[in-house]
Amino acid sequence: MSRAVVRVPQQVRAGEVIEITAMVAHPMETGYRTGDDGRIVPRHIVRELQCEFDGQTVFRMTFFPALTANPWVAFPLRAERSGLLTFTWTDDQGRVVIERAELRVS
Amino acid sequence: MSLPIVRCLSRSIVNPARRRGLVRFGQGLAMASLAVRPEVSQADAARDRLQAAIAEFTQGRVMVPDSTRLRIEIDALVENGNSVPIRVSALSPMTDTDHVQRILILAPRNPQPQVALFHLGVHSGRAEVATRFRMAESQSLQALALFSDGRIHRAQADVVVTLAACLEN
Repeated sequence: MSRAVVRVPQQVRAGEVIEITAMVAHPMETGYRTGDDGRIVPRHIVRELQCEFDGQTVFRMTFFPALTANPWVAFPLRAERSGLLTFTWTDDQGRVVIERAELRVS
Repeated sequence: MSLPIVRCLSRSIVNPARRRGLVRFGQGLAMASLAVRPEVSQADAARDRLQAAIAEFTQGRVMVPDSTRLRIEIDALVENGNSVPIRVSALSPMTDTDHVQRILILAPRNPQPQVALFHLGVHSGRAEVATRFRMAESQSLQALALFSDGRIHRAQADVVVTLAACLEN
Protein backbone atom coordinates (compact mmCIF):
# COMPACT_ATOMS: atom_id res chain seq x y z
CA MET A 1 0.00 0.00 0.00
CA SER A 2 1.66 3.18 -1.08
CA ARG A 3 0.13 5.48 -3.63
CA ALA A 4 -2.97 7.54 -3.08
CA VAL A 5 -4.71 10.14 -5.19
CA VAL A 6 -7.17 12.68 -3.82
CA ARG A 7 -9.01 15.37 -5.73
CA VAL A 8 -10.37 18.50 -4.12
CA PRO A 9 -12.14 21.12 -6.25
CA GLN A 10 -10.43 24.48 -6.75
CA GLN A 11 -12.04 27.91 -6.61
CA VAL A 12 -14.52 27.00 -3.91
CA ARG A 13 -16.84 29.62 -2.39
CA ALA A 14 -17.62 29.64 1.32
CA GLY A 15 -20.66 27.50 2.10
CA GLU A 16 -20.44 25.58 -1.16
CA VAL A 17 -20.89 21.80 -0.96
CA ILE A 18 -18.05 20.12 -2.84
CA GLU A 19 -17.39 16.53 -3.86
CA ILE A 20 -14.04 15.08 -2.88
CA THR A 21 -12.67 11.91 -4.49
CA ALA A 22 -10.06 9.64 -2.99
CA MET A 23 -8.34 6.51 -4.31
CA VAL A 24 -5.61 4.34 -2.84
CA ALA A 25 -3.48 1.68 -4.55
CA HIS A 26 -4.41 -1.62 -2.93
CA PRO A 27 -5.07 -5.22 -4.13
CA MET A 28 -8.29 -5.57 -2.04
CA GLU A 29 -7.87 -9.36 -1.95
CA THR A 30 -11.32 -10.61 -1.02
CA GLY A 31 -10.43 -13.78 0.87
CA TYR A 32 -12.90 -15.75 -1.27
CA ARG A 33 -10.60 -16.56 -4.18
CA THR A 34 -8.63 -19.78 -4.53
CA GLY A 35 -5.04 -19.56 -5.73
CA ASP A 36 -3.27 -21.87 -8.18
CA ASP A 37 -2.45 -24.21 -5.30
CA GLY A 38 -6.15 -24.65 -4.58
CA ARG A 39 -5.97 -22.79 -1.28
CA ILE A 40 -7.96 -19.72 -0.36
CA VAL A 41 -5.92 -16.55 -0.92
CA PRO A 42 -5.95 -14.79 2.46
CA ARG A 43 -8.07 -11.67 2.80
CA HIS A 44 -6.13 -8.42 2.50
CA ILE A 45 -8.31 -5.35 2.18
CA VAL A 46 -8.41 -1.72 3.23
CA ARG A 47 -10.57 -1.53 6.35
CA GLU A 48 -11.21 2.14 6.72
CA LEU A 49 -10.78 5.58 5.27
CA GLN A 50 -10.95 8.59 7.50
CA CYS A 51 -10.92 12.19 6.30
CA GLU A 52 -10.16 15.02 8.69
CA PHE A 53 -10.44 18.74 8.12
CA ASP A 54 -8.06 20.64 10.41
CA GLY A 55 -8.15 17.72 12.84
CA GLN A 56 -11.91 17.20 12.86
CA THR A 57 -13.31 14.04 11.27
CA VAL A 58 -15.61 15.01 8.39
CA PHE A 59 -15.98 11.62 6.69
CA ARG A 60 -15.43 7.99 7.56
CA MET A 61 -15.94 4.86 5.51
CA THR A 62 -15.78 1.17 6.38
CA PHE A 63 -14.61 -1.04 3.52
CA PHE A 64 -15.71 -4.59 2.71
CA PRO A 65 -14.20 -7.16 0.29
CA ALA A 66 -16.71 -6.21 -2.44
CA LEU A 67 -14.99 -2.90 -3.09
CA THR A 68 -12.73 -2.94 -6.14
CA ALA A 69 -8.97 -3.16 -6.15
CA ASN A 70 -7.56 0.38 -5.85
CA PRO A 71 -10.77 1.43 -4.10
CA TRP A 72 -12.27 4.76 -5.11
CA VAL A 73 -14.79 6.88 -3.26
CA ALA A 74 -16.52 10.22 -3.70
CA PHE A 75 -18.02 12.06 -0.73
CA PRO A 76 -19.43 15.52 0.00
CA LEU A 77 -18.17 18.32 2.24
CA ARG A 78 -19.55 21.75 3.02
CA ALA A 79 -16.56 24.06 2.53
CA GLU A 80 -16.82 26.84 5.11
CA ARG A 81 -13.19 27.96 5.22
CA SER A 82 -9.72 27.13 3.96
CA GLY A 83 -7.82 24.39 5.73
CA LEU A 84 -5.96 21.11 5.49
CA LEU A 85 -7.63 17.82 4.57
CA THR A 86 -5.96 14.66 5.82
CA PHE A 87 -6.90 11.26 4.38
CA THR A 88 -5.93 8.12 6.29
CA TRP A 89 -6.41 4.59 4.93
CA THR A 90 -5.80 1.58 7.19
CA ASP A 91 -5.61 -1.98 5.87
CA ASP A 92 -5.88 -5.53 7.30
CA GLN A 93 -2.14 -5.67 7.94
CA GLY A 94 -2.21 -2.45 9.91
CA ARG A 95 -0.50 -0.48 7.18
CA VAL A 96 -1.46 3.15 6.93
CA VAL A 97 -1.39 5.53 3.97
CA ILE A 98 -1.75 9.23 4.64
CA GLU A 99 -2.41 11.84 1.98
CA ARG A 100 -2.98 15.55 2.49
CA ALA A 101 -4.68 18.19 0.39
CA GLU A 102 -5.25 21.90 0.79
CA LEU A 103 -8.81 23.19 0.67
CA ARG A 104 -8.87 26.80 -0.50
CA VAL A 105 -12.07 28.70 0.04
CA SER A 106 -12.56 32.23 -1.27
CA MET B 1 -20.71 -23.80 -18.84
CA SER B 2 -21.61 -25.28 -15.48
CA LEU B 3 -18.07 -25.18 -14.14
CA PRO B 4 -17.84 -21.41 -13.50
CA ILE B 5 -21.16 -21.48 -11.69
CA VAL B 6 -19.94 -24.24 -9.41
CA ARG B 7 -16.82 -22.19 -8.75
CA CYS B 8 -18.95 -19.16 -7.91
CA LEU B 9 -21.03 -21.06 -5.42
CA SER B 10 -18.04 -22.67 -3.79
CA ARG B 11 -16.55 -19.26 -3.20
CA SER B 12 -19.69 -17.90 -1.66
CA ILE B 13 -19.02 -19.69 1.59
CA VAL B 14 -17.22 -17.37 3.94
CA ASN B 15 -15.39 -19.58 6.34
CA PRO B 16 -13.03 -22.28 4.96
CA ALA B 17 -13.60 -24.52 7.99
CA ARG B 18 -17.35 -24.12 7.54
CA ARG B 19 -16.90 -24.80 3.85
CA ARG B 20 -15.14 -28.09 4.59
CA GLY B 21 -17.92 -28.89 7.02
CA LEU B 22 -20.54 -28.20 4.39
CA VAL B 23 -18.66 -30.27 1.84
CA ARG B 24 -18.60 -33.17 4.30
CA PHE B 25 -22.25 -32.51 5.04
CA GLY B 26 -23.00 -32.57 1.33
CA GLN B 27 -21.07 -35.80 0.86
CA GLY B 28 -23.00 -37.31 3.75
CA LEU B 29 -26.25 -36.31 2.12
CA ALA B 30 -25.15 -37.73 -1.22
CA MET B 31 -24.25 -41.02 0.40
CA ALA B 32 -27.54 -41.12 2.20
CA SER B 33 -29.20 -40.56 -1.21
CA LEU B 34 -31.37 -37.82 0.21
CA ALA B 35 -33.13 -35.55 -2.27
CA VAL B 36 -31.73 -32.35 -0.73
CA ARG B 37 -29.96 -30.03 -3.11
CA PRO B 38 -26.93 -28.15 -1.80
CA GLU B 39 -28.14 -24.90 -3.43
CA VAL B 40 -30.98 -24.76 -0.91
CA SER B 41 -28.61 -24.48 2.05
CA GLN B 42 -26.52 -21.97 0.06
CA ALA B 43 -29.57 -19.76 -0.41
CA ASP B 44 -30.47 -20.09 3.27
CA ALA B 45 -26.95 -19.13 4.31
CA ALA B 46 -27.01 -16.07 2.01
CA ARG B 47 -30.37 -14.99 3.44
CA ASP B 48 -29.06 -15.38 6.99
CA ARG B 49 -25.99 -13.28 6.19
CA LEU B 50 -28.17 -10.55 4.68
CA GLN B 51 -30.55 -10.52 7.65
CA ALA B 52 -27.62 -10.31 10.05
CA ALA B 53 -26.07 -7.41 8.11
CA ILE B 54 -29.38 -5.51 8.05
CA ALA B 55 -30.03 -6.15 11.75
CA GLU B 56 -26.56 -4.91 12.66
CA PHE B 57 -27.24 -1.65 10.82
CA THR B 58 -30.87 -1.06 11.86
CA GLN B 59 -30.49 -2.05 15.52
CA GLY B 60 -34.22 -2.63 15.63
CA ARG B 61 -35.16 0.84 14.36
CA VAL B 62 -38.23 1.58 12.23
CA MET B 63 -37.64 1.00 8.52
CA VAL B 64 -39.17 2.82 5.56
CA PRO B 65 -38.80 0.01 2.98
CA ASP B 66 -39.42 1.82 -0.32
CA SER B 67 -38.26 5.27 0.57
CA THR B 68 -38.77 8.25 -1.71
CA ARG B 69 -35.94 10.00 0.16
CA LEU B 70 -33.24 7.53 -0.85
CA ARG B 71 -32.01 6.73 -4.35
CA ILE B 72 -29.53 4.29 -5.89
CA GLU B 73 -27.95 5.37 -9.17
CA ILE B 74 -26.55 2.38 -11.02
CA ASP B 75 -26.73 0.92 -14.54
CA ALA B 76 -29.47 -1.72 -14.84
CA LEU B 77 -27.18 -3.74 -17.11
CA VAL B 78 -23.52 -4.09 -16.21
CA GLU B 79 -21.00 -5.75 -18.51
CA ASN B 80 -18.14 -6.14 -16.07
CA GLY B 81 -18.95 -7.21 -12.51
CA ASN B 82 -15.37 -6.50 -11.44
CA SER B 83 -15.90 -2.75 -11.29
CA VAL B 84 -19.44 -1.45 -10.98
CA PRO B 85 -19.94 2.27 -10.28
CA ILE B 86 -22.70 3.08 -7.81
CA ARG B 87 -23.99 6.34 -6.34
CA VAL B 88 -26.39 6.63 -3.42
CA SER B 89 -28.08 9.89 -2.54
CA ALA B 90 -30.64 10.86 0.06
CA LEU B 91 -33.04 13.81 0.08
CA SER B 92 -31.97 15.65 3.20
CA PRO B 93 -31.34 19.29 4.13
CA MET B 94 -28.40 18.07 6.26
CA THR B 95 -29.27 20.41 9.12
CA ASP B 96 -28.74 19.81 12.84
CA THR B 97 -32.28 18.49 13.18
CA ASP B 98 -32.58 16.62 9.88
CA HIS B 99 -29.59 14.88 8.39
CA VAL B 100 -28.27 11.52 7.27
CA GLN B 101 -25.76 9.87 9.57
CA ARG B 102 -24.92 6.59 7.84
CA ILE B 103 -25.39 4.90 4.49
CA LEU B 104 -24.88 1.16 3.93
CA ILE B 105 -24.73 -0.52 0.53
CA LEU B 106 -25.70 -4.19 0.37
CA ALA B 107 -25.23 -6.76 -2.41
CA PRO B 108 -27.31 -9.67 -1.03
CA ARG B 109 -25.95 -12.31 -3.41
CA ASN B 110 -22.28 -11.52 -2.91
CA PRO B 111 -20.29 -13.81 -0.57
CA GLN B 112 -20.50 -11.03 2.02
CA PRO B 113 -23.56 -8.77 1.63
CA GLN B 114 -21.99 -5.56 2.93
CA VAL B 115 -20.28 -3.46 0.25
CA ALA B 116 -19.47 -0.20 2.02
CA LEU B 117 -20.55 1.79 5.07
CA PHE B 118 -20.35 5.60 4.93
CA HIS B 119 -20.48 7.94 7.93
CA LEU B 120 -21.81 11.42 7.17
CA GLY B 121 -22.86 14.43 9.20
CA VAL B 122 -24.17 17.99 9.08
CA HIS B 123 -20.73 19.14 7.83
CA SER B 124 -21.19 16.89 4.75
CA GLY B 125 -23.69 19.41 3.36
CA ARG B 126 -25.25 16.79 1.12
CA ALA B 127 -26.09 13.10 1.55
CA GLU B 128 -24.49 11.62 -1.52
CA VAL B 129 -21.70 9.07 -1.87
CA ALA B 130 -20.23 7.08 -4.74
CA THR B 131 -17.86 4.16 -5.10
CA ARG B 132 -17.02 1.14 -7.29
CA PHE B 133 -17.60 -2.45 -6.28
CA ARG B 134 -17.62 -6.08 -7.44
CA MET B 135 -20.77 -8.08 -8.15
CA ALA B 136 -20.69 -11.87 -7.96
CA GLU B 137 -23.93 -12.23 -9.92
CA SER B 138 -27.09 -10.42 -11.04
CA GLN B 139 -29.08 -9.30 -8.02
CA SER B 140 -31.21 -6.70 -6.31
CA LEU B 141 -28.98 -4.21 -4.52
CA GLN B 142 -30.07 -2.41 -1.38
CA ALA B 143 -29.07 0.86 0.22
CA LEU B 144 -29.97 1.69 3.81
CA ALA B 145 -29.69 5.16 5.30
CA LEU B 146 -29.91 6.12 8.95
CA PHE B 147 -31.53 9.54 9.36
CA SER B 148 -31.11 11.71 12.44
CA ASP B 149 -34.72 11.06 13.48
CA GLY B 150 -33.69 7.44 14.04
CA ARG B 151 -35.51 6.04 11.02
CA ILE B 152 -33.94 3.76 8.45
CA HIS B 153 -34.78 4.40 4.81
CA ARG B 154 -34.27 1.69 2.22
CA ALA B 155 -33.92 1.78 -1.57
CA GLN B 156 -33.46 -1.11 -3.98
CA ALA B 157 -32.14 -1.49 -7.53
CA ASP B 158 -32.08 -4.55 -9.79
CA VAL B 159 -28.83 -5.05 -11.69
CA VAL B 160 -28.02 -7.65 -14.33
CA VAL B 161 -24.35 -8.57 -14.73
CA THR B 162 -23.10 -10.23 -17.90
CA LEU B 163 -19.57 -10.98 -16.63
CA ALA B 164 -19.63 -11.80 -12.93
CA ALA B 165 -16.69 -10.81 -10.75
CA CYS B 166 -16.12 -14.32 -9.40
CA LEU B 167 -15.34 -15.73 -12.84
CA GLU B 168 -12.05 -13.90 -12.89
CA ASN B 169 -9.59 -15.93 -10.92
